[in-house]
Amino acid sequence: MNKTITYQIPIGPIHPALKEPVMFEFEIEGEKIKDVDVHLGQVHRGIEWAGMRRNSIQILYLAERICGICSYSHPAAFTLAVERIAGIEVPERAEYLRVIQAELERICSHILWAGVAAHEIGFDSVLFLTWQIREKALDLTEYLTGNRVTKAIMMIGGVRRDITEDMLPTIRKSLDFLKENFEKLRKVFLDDKTVQMRTKNCGILTKEDALKLCAVGPTTRASGVKKDARLDQPYFAYNELDFDYVTPDVLTGEVNGDVYDRIIVRLLEVKQSIDLIEQCLDRMPSGEILAEPKIQKLLIQLKKAEGEAIGIIEAPRGEDIHFVKLVGEEHPHSWKVRAPTYNNILPWIPMLKGEQIADIPIVAASTDPCMSCTNRVAIVKNGHRDILLAEDLHRLSVEKTRRLMK
Amino acid sequence: MKRLSPEEIVDQFKEKFGDNIKDSSIKTYHIGPKKIELPDLWITVDRSVFKETVRYLITLEKYPHLAVISGYDAGDTINLIYHFFIYFGEKRREQSINIVVPLPKSNPVVDTISDIIPGALISEQEKQEMLGVKIKDIPKDSRVFISEDFPEDKYPWRKDEKGVDDIARNLHEVEKDE
Repeated sequence: MNKTITYQIPIGPIHPALKEPVMFEFEIEGEKIKDVDVHLGQVHRGIEWAGMRRNSIQILYLAERICGICSYSHPAAFTLAVERIAGIEVPERAEYLRVIQAELERICSHILWAGVAAHEIGFDSVLFLTWQIREKALDLTEYLTGNRVTKAIMMIGGVRRDITEDMLPTIRKSLDFLKENFEKLRKVFLDDKTVQMRTKNCGILTKEDALKLCAVGPTTRASGVKKDARLDQPYFAYNELDFDYVTPDVLTGEVNGDVYDRIIVRLLEVKQSIDLIEQCLDRMPSGEILAEPKIQKLLIQLKKAEGEAIGIIEAPRGEDIHFVKLVGEEHPHSWKVRAPTYNNILPWIPMLKGEQIADIPIVAASTDPCMSCTNRVAIVKNGHRDILLAEDLHRLSVEKTRRLMK
Repeated sequence: MKRLSPEEIVDQFKEKFGDNIKDSSIKTYHIGPKKIELPDLWITVDRSVFKETVRYLITLEKYPHLAVISGYDAGDTINLIYHFFIYFGEKRREQSINIVVPLPKSNPVVDTISDIIPGALISEQEKQEMLGVKIKDIPKDSRVFISEDFPEDKYPWRKDEKGVDDIARNLHEVEKDE
């Protein structure tokens, strides 16, 4: 009797409080994952449909609510598309201010992710350490925009708030704090033996698969694909700044495309973002921050605009692209939002195949999806359905870490 | 591989596909403080040659990056737009190629490209359920974002009688199944 029996494990649909819950259906043989199927859309909210019934400025605030963490990237991509259609020229200072906001968002997002990743493999003390550091980045966000999460800073033709001379010392102090603590994070994530054991050679995405499946952001860069919208098709003031693609070989000299490489890419990008903000502070010219400060006038201008364009932004999780078609009416004729996670769903399949059940949380989280909380797992075994809670899956993951630490 | 300029790409397309290239334009944006030029290429192709144009793209870049397929209801036709990027990996070298494929509403069918670019799958599925187009030979013919109990033959992005305005406006009147 050597017949192997495979059985199905559906995971999800995830916690309703998080964006983009996903349901996985795993085919399991013993502890090993044989096949994966992904089901999406449990909380598709029809935001694009709602947007087609609003004017361009109202959409900015709607776009901000697509995702809590990328609450700057979405309105930014939309703005870029609309500015291209309407031919709005953005003041130079605003272009730099936009970069500062984008990079600050990247810092918050990547550090948040690092905490979640640590939690997934059972290092909750590291979770608190990273989130303590992130708190400082959030404080800085609040200082610059007035808000911690939905920043409401983007405006078509510029930004809504300036950075004045007297704000600079506080900003530099926060950046210094982040720089000092970056070293701590680097040590915990890249030098720790157990983290390496859990993440190296785990959830591998080959360069070829990343290209074929059109993966984006740190997920694809960790597989060695040099793809970064900030460099490929510069927008805002990125063309004036000095930086380069972050791939894992910068640090280790090799590309494996595993979870560990994804950690390297994100951590190095935090450092890069701090540097980019400093460059902006140094090079920012003085001047206006809005092309048209009177919203009513701007609205009239946008109402007359006709055409279609795409706006591409490198959001923390990867390229975020908005397609907008304006037809000289109050509302856009068409608006399509493509968040980065959308393209990073299919790469999960090659990443998860062949891994163990206990690796599901860290591999799934390693692409930094807008969801990583698997709240309910049902195991179907011989037609009998058992419900496994997220805690159980998490427990399996923690147990594996503890086993390795022995 | 030699990098072709956007004008050269358009010429190559026209040479290869002749009258099946319905329209083409190069929009130039001026980016950042120094107003550097960024060309954005838009090509409208007939659906009969669409898959061949994608095959041709692969000769320019082995793995063209398909960002997403967007689309809209244009009255008599449904226009799908395939947003491709090629030549990425070096600063300011990337070229966008937006391929527009108009599909008549009477028979909105287009070939799948998931067999050439596997990453297109979710995007193709989404266009089926949002715009009511039919992707021929799609490897996985199921809904992705819209739930299974959503009415058949209703498509959220359509602006005609197949759109959802008549059900969405009266949400409070829709009876729930107990």
